[in-house]
Amino acid sequence: MAANDAPERENYLTASYGVRSWLLTTDHKRIAILYLISITLMFFIGGFFATMIRLELLTPPGDLMTSDTYNKMFTMHGIVMIFFFLIPSIPAVLGNFFIPMMLGAKDLAFPRINLLSWYIYTISAFMILYVILTGGVDTGWTFYTPFSTTFSNTHVLLAGIAVFINGFSSILTGLNFIVTTHRMRAPGLTWGRMQLFVWSLYATSVIQVLGTPVLAITLVLVALERAFHIGIFNPAVGGDPVLFQHLFWFYSHPAVYIMILPSMAVISEVVPCFARKRIFGYTFVALSSIAIAVFGFLVWAHHMFVAGMSLYAALVFSLLSYFVAVPSAVKVFNWTATMYKGQVSSHTPMLYAFGFIGLFTMGGLTGLYLAALGIDVHVTDTYFVVAHFHFIMVGGAVMGYLAGIHYWWPKMTGRMYPEVWGKIAAAVVFFGFVLTFLPQFVLGYLGMPRRYHAYAPEFQVLNVLSTAGASILALGYLMPLIYLLWSLRYGEEAGPNPWSSAGLEWKTASPPPTYNFEQTPVVTWEAYNYEDYPQEVPVGR
Amino acid sequence: MPEHSEHVVPKKTYYLVGAALIALMVLTAILSRVPMPGELNTLIALTIAGIKALLVLLFFMHLKYEKPPLNAVVLFAGLFWLVLLMGLSMTDYPFRAIFGVPGH
Amino acid sequence: MADSPAIAAEHAVAEQALRHHFANMEQQRESSTLGMWLFLVTEIMFFGGLFAAYMIYRHLYPGAWATGSEHMSFWLGTLNTTILLCSSLLVALSVHAVQEGESKKTAWLLLFTILMGAAFLGIKAVEYHAHYVEGAVPGRWWHLHDVPDPAHVQMFFILYFVMTGLHALHVTIGLVLLGVIAYKANKLAYTPEYHNPVEVSGLYWHFVDLVWIFLYPMLYLVARTHTG
Repeated sequence: MAANDAPERENYLTASYGVRSWLLTTDHKRIAILYLISITLMFFIGGFFATMIRLELLTPPGDLMTSDTYNKMFTMHGIVMIFFFLIPSIPAVLGNFFIPMMLGAKDLAFPRINLLSWYIYTISAFMILYVILTGGVDTGWTFYTPFSTTFSNTHVLLAGIAVFINGFSSILTGLNFIVTTHRMRAPGLTWGRMQLFVWSLYATSVIQVLGTPVLAITLVLVALERAFHIGIFNPAVGGDPVLFQHLFWFYSHPAVYIMILPSMAVISEVVPCFARKRIFGYTFVALSSIAIAVFGFLVWAHHMFVAGMSLYAALVFSLLSYFVAVPSAVKVFNWTATMYKGQVSSHTPMLYAFGFIGLFTMGGLTGLYLAALGIDVHVTDTYFVVAHFHFIMVGGAVMGYLAGIHYWWPKMTGRMYPEVWGKIAAAVVFFGFVLTFLPQFVLGYLGMPRRYHAYAPEFQVLNVLSTAGASILALGYLMPLIYLLWSLRYGEEAGPNPWSSAGLEWKTASPPPTYNFEQTPVVTWEAYNYEDYPQEVPVGR
Repeated sequence: MPEHSEHVVPKKTYYLVGAALIALMVLTAILSRVPMPGELNTLIALTIAGIKALLVLLFFMHLKYEKPPLNAVVLFAGLFWLVLLMGLSMTDYPFRAIFGVPGH
Repeated sequence: MADSPAIAAEHAVAEQALRHHFANMEQQRESSTLGMWLFLVTEIMFFGGLFAAYMIYRHLYPGAWATGSEHMSFWLGTLNTTILLCSSLLVALSVHAVQEGESKKTAWLLLFTILMGAAFLGIKAVEYHAHYVEGAVPGRWWHLHDVPDPAHVQMFFILYFVMTGLHALHVTIGLVLLGVIAYKANKLAYTPEYHNPVEVSGLYWHFVDLVWIFLYPMLYLVARTHTG
């Protein structure tokens, strides 16, 4: 087929036209694209708030905005990035698109509920946009009481309702994935033959189903206290503000695993493909996803060591927090072992994977520092914590997301992105990221508190470095936005499997037909059987 | 069309379970009036509630009859997670007085 | 040999109900049931946050919990428990009926269930009104002062109202859901081959009953030993 021929077969993009065919679709692939557009928009909105933060922090005095406004900046940055970008990103885009395909199914178990998920997300996004435009919230994304219930003068109620509604989108997506994985695997596709992407997203879905409802009830209680003075967290009637924190973090800690497990899922697909080698220790990697999901629920109070809970609880949760690092480490070891004696290439998805492995490891290790009570007392609520979670969320989760977008772009769109620009952007992102967040570890250790719009003058140099890094990082994120959109029209046409990947999703056309496969596949092979595949990724890419 | 594998629970089983549920309710109501040492009243009330719940789950909600028991695993996972929430929270409150609260 | 018209009609119902992405009706049925169980697990965790708060505050304020529970109407609570338990039996029987091809009987049984659910809500309204009159509604309507430790007794009532209020909301949703199913059962939309909506709606209703099975002793039977 010549490079610029129009695709001959009908695919999910060309099957029908018009706004209605998209807004009323039940095709999981179209819903994935709808999500892709929504979360990209929310990502740049969250990025706008980050820009405001970094601009204010260029200079020690709080001279760009008032402290109240600054509080709104970091609050909206957190709320938008966590609930409207990170949590949905990979599951709702890549999970929606590829779980049915990797299972050899025609769609998810509940296609209409899938569409409902997107509508719920969109409604909640409009609500949070309304909150932003009418003055925002200043409680921090963590909504701690009693500030959120009693003393804040901002749109806490509306923001809480928006996040509450958003949670249902997350729950329904997770529910859909779990049922699909249990009930809709193709003939021959046993759990032990499933791609690790599915295992990780299954684990993510378990967290979404079990954890998000607790956030929901917590927000209901905050709303009741705020609206009707029903003071479940109010000390005047015997309430405990720390109870809010227990309930909040019971969800919000596992939520960080909702954000990282899908990225790990992508890495588990990308590394074997670009090392041309079967994943090392399939069973351990698969089970480590489940272990992360389970252990992740046992550690929430490590966010509360200095909040006013008992020392005994602090000891218990500190100990448990050490255990949760183990399954993550298992994955890092196994990815590395996969690359050993493999034929490693440096295509863009693999560059992001390298970045992920290094930065996630650093972020994860600093989590162990924070799990140590003695250290935590000193660095809690400082930039050390901010750096820790950004290493994981940005250095880890976002890089994993970009790895997945680049890896699967040919499958989703039928086009290749320009590889040279992909590599340049990956380098810019990596460099920008490190310059932004590495200084913040030092800042935190030296004592600069988080969520303050002013700081002591001796911290300025590191803050300037961080802001400089942020501007480079922003450039790095704009680049894929531009060249990926460019590739839709001008990108080289991709065949069914430009990466010679062993995944089931590659055994059909790019873009796929609406029902995914011409015939339901019968799976007789183990996953990542790269020994059966040509040695190299095709030349020229 | 092949017969689906669904099990039809006899009506008699349902009536027996219903009667047992009412009987257990009466029992718990009566026992709540009987003074007992310590927290025994609470423990007994919750145990009876647990038995009632088990009857509803196993018979009315068919968990006893489904093979393989995936739905039962799902349900008990949910209950276990609730126990996790409640249990681990209780490493805090009862121990504040005993071990102290850091910083206070 | 051709099926009789009645059996052919039943097959047609099942065929029409099969969604195109499923391989067969069994896969659809099992998926639907698993989906409902997962949803019920989310409900367990949703109520679970309240159960955790209840447990913590009861641990902290046992006396106030005893006082609060004494202000509950033991008889109305017991009556409501009886109503819900019987309604669960009716729902179980309604599933049995449709499994045996008696779709109209299903509709009647569900109708009675709805009436019982409505009675439950009516009794709760009576209770809520009584609490309102005595000043036990928390927040700005609280004026129950002639009790020991009124601040913490208010916390009991906060949990009482939030838990039973949320439960009553779920009962209401259940009544609407059962209403839709009853209507369709009456129109013979369900057959022995295809009646999964009846089953999963039943599961939802049983869940609502399950929550109440725990709320009853937790709210009505605390420290009743000295109330005679």
